[in-house]
Amino acid sequence: MAIDLLYFAWVREAIGTGQERREPPAEVATIADLIDWLRTQSDGHARAFADRTRLRAAVDQRFVPLNAPIAGAREVAIFPPVTGG
Amino acid sequence: MIRVAITAEPLDIAGLTAAAQVGSGALATFVGSVRADDGVTELELEHYPGATERALETVANEATARWRLDAATIVHRVGPMAPGEPIVFVAAAAPHRGAALDACAFMIDRLKTDAPFWKRERRGPAARWVEARGSDDAAAARWDQPPLPES
Repeated sequence: MAIDLLYFAWVREAIGTGQERREPPAEVATIADLIDWLRTQSDGHARAFADRTRLRAAVDQRFVPLNAPIAGAREVAIFPPVTGG
Repeated sequence: MIRVAITAEPLDIAGLTAAAQVGSGALATFVGSVRADDGVTELELEHYPGATERALETVANEATARWRLDAATIVHRVGPMAPGEPIVFVAAAAPHRGAALDACAFMIDRLKTDAPFWKRERRGPAARWVEARGSDDAAAARWDQPPLPES
């Protein structure tokens, strides 16, 4: 099923877009799987997702750990640790 | 009463403070401003629209429930801003100072780890994304302990 992917900060800059729609293969079950799969999609994705420890994620606008499942997700966001305030 | 907002306009601290005071005995406020660290000429704040508002509402609701606040306010600026300009305004109104002060500190600590904002510093032509600090996680985690009963 197609998922809307959102990227922020240097993740967005490395990939070259803040939003795209992708249809990951069925074996992609978690955020971590999704990151590993996206890494193969372009040089920009490979740069953005080289180090998983520098990445955080949200499913349908709620923060989740990287081992969270993506089944049923409409929107997945991947971004660096937050720095607001 | 809960008020959370994201705005690209300069923050009117006097106006926000007046609006945050709802006739309570105590009002605690926090204002975070852009530091001119090592020659920073501009700070730019990016956020995740929708998720940001939801995160701020969660923080304000949690503070209101935990300290029985009369009102909680969080207003965060986004976009480019100059050193000295306010980035964030937090206010907690309660019958007594202990609850207001603790709730205000809780909200700014939690906002720093739970709300999807990203800072980019400019120093003249050079731009750099700010790295998250472990000390912010520690500051937020201290609120994981239940509060001591008030005496």
